Parts: sequence; structure tokens; C-alpha cells
Amino acid sequence: MTTAPTIDAAISRLVREDRGRLLAALIAGLGDFELAEESFSEALESAVVHWARSGLPANPHGWLLRVARRKAIDRIRRRQRFRARQPELERLARLDEEAANAEAPEIPDERLRLIFTCCHPAIDRKSRVALTLRTLGGLSTAEVARAFLDKETTMGQRLSRARGKISRAGIPFAVPGPDQWEERLGSVLAVIYLIFNEGHVASAGATAQRPDLCDEAIYLAKMLNSLCPDEPEILGLASLLLTTHARSGARISPDGMSVALADQDRSRWNREMAAEGLAHLDAAVLMARPGPYQIKAAISALHVSAPGQGATDWTQIVLLYNSLLAHEPTSVVRLNRAVAVGQAGRPDVALEELATLEAELDGYQPFHAARAKFLAETGRAGEARHAYDRAIELSGNSPDRAFLRAQRRRLPP
Amino acid sequence: MQYMALIYSAPNAGPKPGTPEFEAFMKGYFDATETYKKDGVFVAGDALHGTDQSTSLRIRGGKTETMDGPFAETKEVLGGFYIFDCKDLDEALKYAAMIPTAEYGTIEVRPVLSPDDYSN
Repeated sequence: MTTAPTIDAAISRLVREDRGRLLAALIAGLGDFELAEESFSEALESAVVHWARSGLPANPHGWLLRVARRKAIDRIRRRQRFRARQPELERLARLDEEAANAEAPEIPDERLRLIFTCCHPAIDRKSRVALTLRTLGGLSTAEVARAFLDKETTMGQRLSRARGKISRAGIPFAVPGPDQWEERLGSVLAVIYLIFNEGHVASAGATAQRPDLCDEAIYLAKMLNSLCPDEPEILGLASLLLTTHARSGARISPDGMSVALADQDRSRWNREMAAEGLAHLDAAVLMARPGPYQIKAAISALHVSAPGQGATDWTQIVLLYNSLLAHEPTSVVRLNRAVAVGQAGRPDVALEELATLEAELDGYQPFHAARAKFLAETGRAGEARHAYDRAIELSGNSPDRAFLRAQRRRLPP
Repeated sequence: MQYMALIYSAPNAGPKPGTPEFEAFMKGYFDATETYKKDGVFVAGDALHGTDQSTSLRIRGGKTETMDGPFAETKEVLGGFYIFDCKDLDEALKYAAMIPTAEYGTIEVRPVLSPDDYSN
């Protein structure tokens, strides 16, 4: 007989790897997200008790689905005092029987539908992110709460409100049709990108307890790609995340200071991950349907492919930002473009472009850091000092502050 | 499931009566309503007079108070509604996007409570 710690480990692994898939199959059968989630949690609780007593069943996934369906039937019966739901119960009983009779029933992969449900724009943005992490990423509510630096009870309420809206507002468990595809895919990609950026920012602060959201986002992007392999923007997102994350080991120096991209120690980049990212971009480009994530991936690819320090092709990067502006005409993209112009050898032009963004980006640290750099390069040390002060003041983490202070000290008197 | 599409816009937004744009706007409503009926999702739908014609009432301590005007003064006001019978929110949103005022104002889509909702 299997011992208890092995059972616990088996359950944790199963939840981590297959939660989304099992839940998706359950929702597809029950047609009710909230009911599926509650019943699945109950089935897991039963598994802890039963498996510890009688050992791991031959088909743990089938066992969980069967028990979850029975729990769902119980829950519907309890509601029956209000209204008869006989047809529904009969359907569930039939499903249950089918599941029990099949030797090792094939569990259909319904995760694509589940992703589109969790990322539906009718759910508020933070809840979309939380629900995706909880449902498809296999994070516990406590882990999702830690990722947001929220209390577990607050996060639990947020998740339950989101599930409630899915049920009550009739948010479908479906892959959207062609007329809604672009908006809805955009929402899914934005959620995964938000998860990644949250992790990217967090990794700079000393918060070791938070789950690694960068890994989580990469896992989700790859999952989405495997479920929907003909969409170049998904490949673009996966490439962007991989080539960005490949450089993360060199973002902070051993003495805790942020390191500018151009100065990063390339031996600390993860070459394998970078190569994987570049391959994803190659595959996307072959489909000949460009989009904003592919352009961002191409920019990141140029950074990661630069042969050495100071050898980045900034002129090419400026051109890519011009293309990106057509998709995302935001002030942050204009800022990034201006930085590339400055890096390409025209700090004076960069400063002119930055001047047009001041009103919108005055509260944004990278704006002042960029301005300070180009003021210093054009010999305006006094103004550069002020700009560094403002950037340091707005900086949210200590590695960035350390970097900016060091730059400020280098200014001539 | 039934959904109500609440049509909000600022009173002066959109084309002015008597212009060709207004004609096209009204035709847009006519066509949308035709589509809803043809697709079998139309339950109800009407436009409302402006809030100048609103009268509000409330009962406090058993006494009825009647007053001129809407419940709250807001920039965008309720100008009309549809009720759709749809299979899910995506379908309701698809039909709501055909409402011409979506180009000038905002369409709020809300599910109508059904007896099921009271039992949960």
C-alpha cells in the first residue's frame, strides 16, 4: 500500500499538472463553472481521505472526475427543494454511469474553452488574471493571493465573485467565433502578458515567497500554443516571454544593482531558453500574419541575438517600434521608440521626442531615467542630475534605485 | 437566457434630426430590430422620451413624494432598451453591438433574473 506522503505528493502533482484539464472536462459536462469548481474541490478532499486509506486508484483522473460528478449531482439535489431539475439530473446520472463503466475514459481536452472563459472581457481585469492562474495555472488561492500581495480571504472573494458572474451573466464556456476572435484572443494574450510582467517586476524586489509568475506565464503561453497552433500572435507572445526571461539572470548584478541591457553579462543569459524563443518567432513569421506580440518578440530577439555588449542593432529596433506604433499608439511605446533612437546615436532627437511625452509620462520612472541618460550624453549634466533625482524618487525597487544612483554619481560636476 | 440591453447616451450625442446621418441612424435601428426578430432573439425593445419628461416618485414613511426629473443627474442617460433571448452572453453582446447608439454612447448588457436565480 502506498504511504500517505506519497499520496499527498501524487495529489499535489496531479493538481499542478492536470487541474485545468480536469476542471475543463467537468465544466463541459456540467455546463456550470461554479458548480464544477466546488464539486472538484470536494472530490480532491475525498481523494485525500480515500487514497490514503486504499491507495492510489488505477486511474486517478477518472476517479476524480467521477467523484466530482457525484458531488455535483448531490449539490443539484440539495437545490431541488426550490425547483425540479429532473432532466439535468438524468443527464448527469448518465454521464456518471458512462464514466464508471469505461475502463480508462479518454478525458477530452477542453482547456482552450476554459482559457477563453477565464479571460472573458466581461470579467474585470485583475480577476481575469487571478482566475487564469487559479484555474489553468494550478496555483492555490493562497498562492494567487501572494502573487498579488493580497490577503487569501480577499482573493477568495474575488475569485468567487468572478465565478459567480460567469454563471449568472451566462459567460459561455466556448471558443469565440470569427467575429469575436480578435478581441477575445487579445484579452487572453493580455492576461498572460500581465502575469509575466507582474513576475518580471516582482523578481527585482526581494520577495522570495511569491510564486514565479514568469514561469507560470510561459507555461500558459506554451499551453495556449499547443491548443491553438495556427495563431502567430500566440507564438509571438511565447517567443517574447522566452527571450525576455532568458535575459533575467543578468538583469541584476551580484551586488544588487539593475544592469542596462547593453551592459549585461551575456554569459549569464539562458541560451537554451533564448533559442527556444527565437524558434517560436521563426515559426510565427512563416505564417505571414504580423501583429503586436510578434513585433515585440522581434525587438526582444534583436536584443538577445546581439553578438556582444554595445553591438545591438538599434536602428532595426527603431523601425520595429515604428511598426508597433501602428498597432499600439501609446505613450509608453513612443517612449521606448525614443530610447531606441537615442541608443542608435541620436540622443538629441530622442530628447525632442521625450519632450512631447512629458505631460503624459511625468509619473513614470523609465521616462525620467531615459531623459537623464540622454541629457548626460548631450552634456547637460545639471538637468540630468534633476532628472535622475526624479527617477530615483519614482523608482519602486532597490536594484533600480541603486543603478540610477550610480549613474547620477558618474555625472561630471 | 434573457438579457436587457440598456442604451445610454448623452442627450446631445449622435446625429441631429433632419440630417442624412440621422436617417441612416434610424434605419440602423430599424435594421437591427428586423435582424433580432428574424433570428428569434427579440423579446421587447423601445425608445424612451428624454429625461425632461421624467417623473420620479418615492414613498417615505407611507407618504408618496412625486418630483420632476430623473433619479440622478448623469451625463449619459437611459434612452431605450432591448430585451433579447440568447443562449449566452457572447450572443447577447453580438446583438448589442448592432445597436446604432453603441457608436455614440454605451450599451450596458445585463442578464434578466430568472426563477433559477432565486433558488441558487
